[in-house]
Amino acid sequence: MDNPSTARPAPPDRLIATDRSAEFRQLRRSFRGFAFPVTAGFILWYLLYVLLSCYAPDFMGIRLFGHVNTALALGLLQFVSTFAIAAWYARYAGARLDPTAAGIRARAAGAAARTPEDEVAE
Amino acid sequence: MTTTLLAAGSATEHRGLTMTLFGVFVLATLGITVRAGRQTKDASDFYAGGRGFSGFQNGLAISGDYMSAASFLGIAGAIALFGYDGFLYSVGFLVAWLVALLLVAEPLRNSGRYTMADVLAFRMRQRPVRTAAGISTIVVSIFYLLAQMVGAGSLVALLLGVNGDAAKRWTVVAVGALMVVYVVIGGMKGTTWVQIVKAVLLIAGTALMTVLVLAKYHFNPSALLGAAADASGKGTAFLEPGLKYGASDTSKLDFLSLGLALVLGTAGLPHILVRFYTVPTAKAARKSVLWAIGIIGGFYLMTLALGFGAAALVGPGVIKKSNAAGNTAAPLLAEHLGGGAGTTGGAVLLAVISAVAFATILAVVAGLTLASSASFAHDLYANVIRRGRASEREEIGSAKLAAVAIGAVAILLSIFADKLNTAALVALAFAVAASANLPTLLYSLFWKRFNTAGAVCSVYAGLVTSVLLVVFSTVVSGKPTSLFPHSDFHWFPLENPGLVSIPVGFLAGLIGPLLSREPADPAKYAELEVRSLTGLGAH
Repeated sequence: MDNPSTARPAPPDRLIATDRSAEFRQLRRSFRGFAFPVTAGFILWYLLYVLLSCYAPDFMGIRLFGHVNTALALGLLQFVSTFAIAAWYARYAGARLDPTAAGIRARAAGAAARTPEDEVAE
Repeated sequence: MTTTLLAAGSATEHRGLTMTLFGVFVLATLGITVRAGRQTKDASDFYAGGRGFSGFQNGLAISGDYMSAASFLGIAGAIALFGYDGFLYSVGFLVAWLVALLLVAEPLRNSGRYTMADVLAFRMRQRPVRTAAGISTIVVSIFYLLAQMVGAGSLVALLLGVNGDAAKRWTVVAVGALMVVYVVIGGMKGTTWVQIVKAVLLIAGTALMTVLVLAKYHFNPSALLGAAADASGKGTAFLEPGLKYGASDTSKLDFLSLGLALVLGTAGLPHILVRFYTVPTAKAARKSVLWAIGIIGGFYLMTLALGFGAAALVGPGVIKKSNAAGNTAAPLLAEHLGGGAGTTGGAVLLAVISAVAFATILAVVAGLTLASSASFAHDLYANVIRRGRASEREEIGSAKLAAVAIGAVAILLSIFADKLNTAALVALAFAVAASANLPTLLYSLFWKRFNTAGAVCSVYAGLVTSVLLVVFSTVVSGKPTSLFPHSDFHWFPLENPGLVSIPVGFLAGLIGPLLSREPADPAKYAELEVRSLTGLGAH
């Protein structure tokens, strides 16, 4: 830290204590357990689509119905899976992440100042 | 601007109408900007819009920031000329938002304050990391700015005829001047409202054209596809991958490179990242991304109809004659849908869609100028040059000066780059963002051992590799469509550097901490972790 204006004071002990608490570990596990594998999954699914577009022209050219071929159908499926994963995460975060985070904040608020997150009625 | 353009060619009906509509947009947004400027009192207002926007408002503003001329003009044009291969852009541009949603938006909102560098430098030594992040922010934004301004230039060429070189330049100058005015007067509040207004206009304009196109085919998308394939002269190959990227092994690799850059670039674009600071909480940041995914996804589905519609109804020959890169496909389609060239309906719809496209460009360039000048002021000037001793007023003053300078640089560069396809140019910005910014951001947030050396290594390695590979590619020299068509010093075979530079960025960030003796600060990481996931201590 060589900068007085942006250097924050040494992290308050409560943040380090929070970092070690079972509740926070649970929150981190829930977040990473969802975000990391799902990210890996949709990136692989997208790369599969890109690779098929490049290297499997015959497969991608198969007509499914009317003028719609595999390539277009898979492209539209990427849209569908994107919407579905976004909705899935919104539900998961609302059910699993937000309540735990709110609990941690409430406990910290008992000891210290309130945070912006609590000041906004959701 | 109106007088210049009218003076540059004979005043025809539709041109007058376009200019009137566009003038109304400019006046309305300037009014909004002046009002926002009056409410801008401190740095939090100027950089982050006072953090007072709702998730829905910010979702619209994000969409307004993201659906650029590259999306509207570039993708529609690419689909019209290359069929299915143009659609590949849309898929990457949309899927990329999941990276932002799952890994970046909420932690960034909680950990940072005004710029991307706030998060990168959170637990590192400030000066080296902020210098690196500031430089990379400005480079990415300039690439992106170029794309938008080139789009503005080609639009005017369509409106004024092919020999409008002087008019083209004046348009670029006017767009540059306006964006600087928005940023200097309105700050983030003004810029956000400009983007919200633009997003609504763009969605409305695109939806109208989509309905008109589909109506011609009795709302049967398959019939539209068939007509597009017939008119393209390529038959069913038009609907299959390969027309643009399937020619050789090199072009296939180029496409892979592009695909990687698109999907990993979004979550590293500084002008998108700073939008997450305009909402009060991480949950609101999540909601804004969810709205953005819905709006942007819907928009890209509609560009399919526009692109194939332009191919079917206008035809690739006419489009290419108007603009070799296809950038004018959407406005030409509008003219056709209104009744064709020479009819009042055609003139009106062309005018409306051209004005929407101008609005699109203006809103995006304003967002880019704001993000890059904020990073200059907050990261480079206040923290690196003045070592944190600048007052808030001095910092914001330097941001405004930086906005003027960045505007000038962007204007000069885009006058040279007018032959490049806007979507391809934006893809380069994505490649730099994915190589320099995303690795550093992810390691900073999620890897305990990451340290200053790692952050500096991954930003510079990703930045230098991607920019150098572009300089030595056919984007800059060796082809008629290059920046310097008359010289040839290219040796890198791909147009998009992502396939090489993104792994380089990630590897450099991995190797940096392993080689450096400076240990990471576990207490700072604990603070960052708790703050990013819970919002405790967030600004």
